[in-house]
Amino acid sequence: MGSIIEFKNVTKKFNKRAVLDHLDISIPRGKITFIVGKSGEGKSVTIKHIMGLLKPDEGRIVVNGEDITDFEDEQLREYRKKFGMLFQHAALFDSMTVGQNVIFPLKEHTNMPLAEMLKRVERVLEQVGLPNMQHKYPTELSTGEKKRVGLARALVSKPEIILYDEPTTGMDPLVSEMIDELIVHVNKEIQGITSIVISHDLKAALGTAEYIVFLYKGKVALAGSPEDFKTTKDPVVRQFFSGKVSGPMEFL
Amino acid sequence: MARLLASTWRETLLVDPVSAIGKIALQRLHDLGAYGLYLYEIAKQTVQRPMRWELIFQQLEFIGNQSLNIILLTGFFTGAVFALQIGGIFQIFRAESIMGAATAKALTREMAPLMTAFLLTGRAGSAMTAEIATMRVNEQVDAMEAMAVDPINYLVVPRTIAAMMIIPLLCGVFIFIGTFGAFTMGVAVFDVDVGIFIDRIKWLVEPRDIMNGLEKAFIFSIIISTMACRYGLHASGGAKGVGRATTMSVVTTLLIILLCDVVITYVQLRL
Repeated sequence: MGSIIEFKNVTKKFNKRAVLDHLDISIPRGKITFIVGKSGEGKSVTIKHIMGLLKPDEGRIVVNGEDITDFEDEQLREYRKKFGMLFQHAALFDSMTVGQNVIFPLKEHTNMPLAEMLKRVERVLEQVGLPNMQHKYPTELSTGEKKRVGLARALVSKPEIILYDEPTTGMDPLVSEMIDELIVHVNKEIQGITSIVISHDLKAALGTAEYIVFLYKGKVALAGSPEDFKTTKDPVVRQFFSGKVSGPMEFL
Repeated sequence: MARLLASTWRETLLVDPVSAIGKIALQRLHDLGAYGLYLYEIAKQTVQRPMRWELIFQQLEFIGNQSLNIILLTGFFTGAVFALQIGGIFQIFRAESIMGAATAKALTREMAPLMTAFLLTGRAGSAMTAEIATMRVNEQVDAMEAMAVDPINYLVVPRTIAAMMIIPLLCGVFIFIGTFGAFTMGVAVFDVDVGIFIDRIKWLVEPRDIMNGLEKAFIFSIIISTMACRYGLHASGGAKGVGRATTMSVVTTLLIILLCDVVITYVQLRL
C-alpha cells in the first residue's frame, strides 16, 4: 500500500524547546494509525503539521507524494479539502443546528444541488448512529453525540484522510468504546480512507490500531503493529503502556 | 543582572528605560504592520467571490436593527441636553434662535459620528469580539480552517461589509433624532419659532458638514468591525481569554477612534 504521509527530519521549536526533534514518520495508506505519547510530546503539533496549520522549522512533509512544506495559503486551502478532522471537543458551531454543521463543508466546497446535499447529510448521520437529529442544536446533545456529529461533519465531504484529535479523552468507557468502534467502522465502510488518531488511550490503541507510532522527546520511540508494542522490550514504551509512574520516562 | 531582575515591562522601564521604550515602540510598530496586512487581506477578500449575502444580512440585522433603539434614545437625549446647555448661553446674547443650528452643526460634524461609534463599539463590537473569541477558544475557528474555510472570509468580511453599510446610516439617524431632540427643547423651553429654528439650520448646516460626518462614521465602522474581529481571532486562554480579548478590543477601538477623529477632523478642515 505504501505511505500516504511522510515526515522527513522534521523539527519544530516553541520558545527554543524542540517539540518535534528531527522526526521521521511514515504513515501507511488506508490503515488506522494511532499516534500515542504522553502530554507535551508533540502529538497535536504533528497533526497540525499534517493539516498545514503549522510549518516545520526544518525538514519536509510529504503527503500523497506531494511536498506540502512550502505551500502558500491558497494551496493549503485546496490541500485541506482532502481531510476530515474530528476535534477533541468536536468543535461544532454553536449557532448552527446539527444539519447545518454537517452540511457546512458541502456548501462551502461543492456545487451540489441542495436536495442531494441533504440526502448525503442524512446518510452520514445514519452512519454515525444519529438519524433524525438535524434540527437539534449542539447544546442539546450529549458529549458522545457531539463527537458523532463532529465525525459526520468530517466524513460528509468524503475525505481521503481523517484525523481524530484525542477522540475519547474525557469520555466514559462506554462512549469511548463506541467511538473506537466507529473509527473501525468508518475505515471499513469507506474504501481506501486513512485514519490517523491522536490518543492517550492505550487500550484503544492496542485494540483499534493497525499501526502505532509512539512519540517520546520529539522523536519516534517505536513504530509498528500492536503486536510489536505488546512484545517490545523498550523500557520507555513498556512504562507508558503499563501506566506506571516510576521508570525511565522523564516527566516535564 | 538588571535584565534578569526585570521580570515585567514596568520593572524594565525603571531598570533600563531606553531599551524598554525601544521594545515597546518596536512592538507597536509590529502591531501596526500586522494590522495593515490584516486590513489588506480583508480588502482583498471583500472583492473576491463568493459574497456571503446571507451572513451580511444577518450582521446588518445585528449591528443595525438591534442597535437602533439605543441610537434613537441616545441621539434624542444628546441633542436635547446639548440644546439646553448651549441654549442657556445663547440666551444671554439673545441668540437662542440659532441654538438648533449650532446643535445640528455640532451633531453633524462631530458628536453623531463619535457617539454612534462609541455606542456601536460597546454594543456590537464587544459582542463580535466575544463571539469570535469564544469560537477561537472552543476550536471552532480551527475547525473552520481545517475545513479549508478562511476565517477572515467567513467571519470578518461579512461583519466589516455590514458595518460599513449600516454605521453611516445609524449616524444619519443619530443626527436627525438629535436635531429633533434639540428642536423639542428649543420650542418647549426656549420658545423658539419652528420656522426660524428650521431656517437657521438650513443657513448654518451645509451638505459638506453632513458628508464630513458620514465620512467619519464610515472610517469608524471599519475600525470597529476589524478591531473587534481581530481581537476575537487572536483570543486564547479559555473564558478569561474571551473576557480579556473583549475588554482590550473595546478599549483599543475607542482610543483609535479618538486618535483617528483628530486626524480626520484636521484633514477635513484643511481641505
